[in-house]
Amino acid sequence: MTLREIKEILQAEVLAGEEFLDREPSSACGSDLLSDVLAFTKENSVLLTGLTNSQVIRTAEMSDIIGVIFVRGKKPDNYTIELATIKKIPLLTTRLPMYESCGRLYLRGLKGCSEV
Amino acid sequence: MGEDKVLVEIEREIVGGDFQSAGDVSSELKKVLQQVGFPPSFNRRIVIAAYEAEMNVVIHAYRGVFTTQIYEDQVHIEVDDQGPGIPDLELAFQEGYSTAPPHIREMGFGAGYGLSNMKKCSDRLEIDTRVGEGTKVIMDFFLNSEE
Repeated sequence: MTLREIKEILQAEVLAGEEFLDREPSSACGSDLLSDVLAFTKENSVLLTGLTNSQVIRTAEMSDIIGVIFVRGKKPDNYTIELATIKKIPLLTTRLPMYESCGRLYLRGLKGCSEV
Repeated sequence: MGEDKVLVEIEREIVGGDFQSAGDVSSELKKVLQQVGFPPSFNRRIVIAAYEAEMNVVIHAYRGVFTTQIYEDQVHIEVDDQGPGIPDLELAFQEGYSTAPPHIREMGFGAGYGLSNMKKCSDRLEIDTRVGEGTKVIMDFFLNSEE
């Protein structure tokens, strides 16, 4: 499943990195705790989160996360969007809450961090 | 290690409480490691451990110095801070234990996985801490421990 397909499934809006939507994550992680993301995610995954501070982008960069999806209609500030653009990390935002976002992607076959 | 040639050496300051720049040092390290040409899985665990150490300085200390020596088959990192120190190291290693204040938790940190994650990612971790003075974190990563 590509980020472009994820965008369709979650009816998401792209905030940064439109040119990277052909990337294909091998797993996904849903968390509002960056400590957990750093400790448990796998490389080449997407992160679904309700956090919007710039450390989300840093955490994604360090963990080799290839895209970030903000849930519950959250949008980060311009600094965070700029940082993501520099780091080549695409950002999406969906109005769906966390559980439904994760559920829809999982139903369509995107695996969790412990399954890859 | 003593006889091996240092390929790259980095020394950077970390400022406590500066959340805007937090991650800059680990980001630079990631770029350098990629240039050296180590496998991505090796780089990933080094950079995650470095970032955890860098964030600890930003969250808990006043300032710190981050030094790295990159060898052909090994990476050595030291993060030496001036800060409150860690009164009970055993407790600090316990997953879920954290002294981070509420505003740090709101950012998504302070879940109490930092030290244990650094231990998990590194091949050798040593922590030298003095209450009221500071903490020094020493980590080594060996390329030949990659499966």
